[in-house]
Amino acid sequence: MKESTLWVWHIIAGVVIFVLLGIHMFIMHLDDILVALGIGYHDPISASSVFARSKQAFYMVTYIVLLGAALYHGLYGLRNILFELSLPKAGEKIVNWLFALGGLALFVYGTYVAIAIFTSV
Amino acid sequence: MCKTDAPQVDEGTRVLKEVTFKILRYNPETDKAPSVKSYTVPVIKGMTVLDGLHWIKENVDSTLAWRSSCRMGVCGSCAMFINGLPRLACNNQIVHLDSDVINIKPLPNYDIIRDLVPDLEGFFQKHRSVKPYLIRKDVEELESPTGEYFQSPEELTNYIQFAYCIKCGLCLAACPTVATDDKYLGPQALAQAWRYIADTRDDGSKEREEEIFSGHGAWRCHFAGACSEVCPKGVDPAFAIQLLKQDIFMKKLRLRKEKSVAQLAPKIEKWERNPNIPNAPEPTVK
Repeated sequence: MKESTLWVWHIIAGVVIFVLLGIHMFIMHLDDILVALGIGYHDPISASSVFARSKQAFYMVTYIVLLGAALYHGLYGLRNILFELSLPKAGEKIVNWLFALGGLALFVYGTYVAIAIFTSV
Repeated sequence: MCKTDAPQVDEGTRVLKEVTFKILRYNPETDKAPSVKSYTVPVIKGMTVLDGLHWIKENVDSTLAWRSSCRMGVCGSCAMFINGLPRLACNNQIVHLDSDVINIKPLPNYDIIRDLVPDLEGFFQKHRSVKPYLIRKDVEELESPTGEYFQSPEELTNYIQFAYCIKCGLCLAACPTVATDDKYLGPQALAQAWRYIADTRDDGSKEREEEIFSGHGAWRCHFAGACSEVCPKGVDPAFAIQLLKQDIFMKKLRLRKEKSVAQLAPKIEKWERNPNIPNAPEPTVK
């Protein structure tokens, strides 16, 4: 039943990506509309804009959640592609551990960066 | 090209045209690799690809090997790769293929035993692994039945189409996931798993879960739909697999409960014969 649990989280992560990435794309590329509504910045990809957003709790949490969802969704999908290449049992175990540990390491690093910027002076 | 001077069709039978059967031949005892052999076959009205193979065997080349039985699309034995699609040879008339060349190969995604005979052992092993039979807790009743389990017509329609499977193997031949992952259970086994899980008389969904939802089970289906496209009986295994996924997904999110299992139908204690129905005639042999 473990595979079913992994799949359900894969779907949930996909939905989370759809929502948060949508917001991210909106902020990055439709800044004129946001400025007209009084809730955005001009030139959202400039260093100062990125920094200003990253110092807000909402964006810090959103980035961490998006990072986790994207890492899980992407790595689980890639792991399934590799599984379909008829790996031996030992190979499947290696892929599982590699992706789990690698994904965790990337998530920890990304979370550290997000928190570090948020807490920086 | 192989031809014969012997009479090719019954006298008086009108030959519509001649087609070329290009058949992939392979005898593991004598051949290093498969090779294509061509035969010219006279086509008469209503002639199926299977009829063409029989004609070749009877008139030209008796060494040609294939499986067939019912010749009417109910046994599933004559599954082979005909003009680019997995099909039943008995279910396809030559003129309907609309080609003067009939390319015939053994089913893809299977090992070849000889000529057009695929090795179906793996296919049947996958089918067995999903426990394709009713599983219930009242074992005594199963072994010594005292009545019948109640099932409404609506409950029957929920699974009956998936019960039409004739185990021909065409779906696994068409499946792109089976082509790359030989451990993948395949559309036939998964559709049969759903056939029993959806059956209200069955109480074995937990026993089947480990196999169906393993790393090479239902979640490896990409919903290409090729299996449903080639199924000769309208089983729609792709649909069954999506229902399987939906069922476990909804149960995981606690949005669906386990179905209630069919119980024994109550015995009819008091009944009266309808006087308008005449009695059966007495047997003539005592």
